[in-house]
Amino acid sequence: MTGPADIIFYLLAAMTVGAAILVAILPNIVYSAIALLFSFAGVAGLYVYLSADFLAATQVLIYVGGILILILFAVFLSNRISDVKISNPSRFHWQAAFICLGLFGILSYTAVSTAFPVKAVLSYQPTTSEIGELLMTRYLLPFEVASVLLLAALIGAAMLSRPDGGRGRPAEMEEPKR
Amino acid sequence: MSLEKLLVISAALFCCGLYAILTRRNAVAVLMGVELVLNAASINFVAFSHYVSRVIGGQIFAIFVIVLAAAEAAVALAIFLRLYATTGTVEVDTADHLKG
Repeated sequence: MTGPADIIFYLLAAMTVGAAILVAILPNIVYSAIALLFSFAGVAGLYVYLSADFLAATQVLIYVGGILILILFAVFLSNRISDVKISNPSRFHWQAAFICLGLFGILSYTAVSTAFPVKAVLSYQPTTSEIGELLMTRYLLPFEVASVLLLAALIGAAMLSRPDGGRGRPAEMEEPKR
Repeated sequence: MSLEKLLVISAALFCCGLYAILTRRNAVAVLMGVELVLNAASINFVAFSHYVSRVIGGQIFAIFVIVLAAAEAAVALAIFLRLYATTGTVEVDTADHLKG
């Protein structure tokens, strides 16, 4: 039962969950961001085990390559380097740990004790062409709505992040006041 | 590998994200927690799509989750930069200007 695939699966799971725990508890926010990278990469590996090859590649490209870089930019632009020790204070440790561990217990118990109608034969097929077809046929409206949302988010983010809130001309941009 | 193990992994990811959201005061760290929660939801979608249903719709949902996360991260970064330029910090406790 325990083949190399299982061992790699457990290693991936341990990397994902361990990195997620580090994201939650590490005091230095830069280390948290690096741990988040490993967590995202581990999730991409889990997608491979779920026969979601296109999704695994998308996860690596967009989460690891895009969102994580954005988060790192946010970290570096919003923290003074000398403050890195105190840049990430936290609070409510015990209450939050109690809530999260309790919720984890409930969710795990529910997941293990419920009899899901699992398929007898699992198929591992390439999914990219099917996803492309579905996005252009059955899920065309959500696809277009998502594209409009991305455009709106892009314009809104560019507008918001200008120092004067978008009122002046780009030539008048200046460094934000410290 | 089975559905239950993946659900437990996703529950662990969700709880780590929730812990980060609850305890962190830095807004960027809260955003990291939100990303972990979104990833946990995506794993659930794809796992049920692979093990239970015979259609691929769960993966489409996961793609839309990734798209939403990208848009959210971009807007959140812009808001954090404005907050930092205004108040000099990105702690979520200080962003209470609308409080009466």
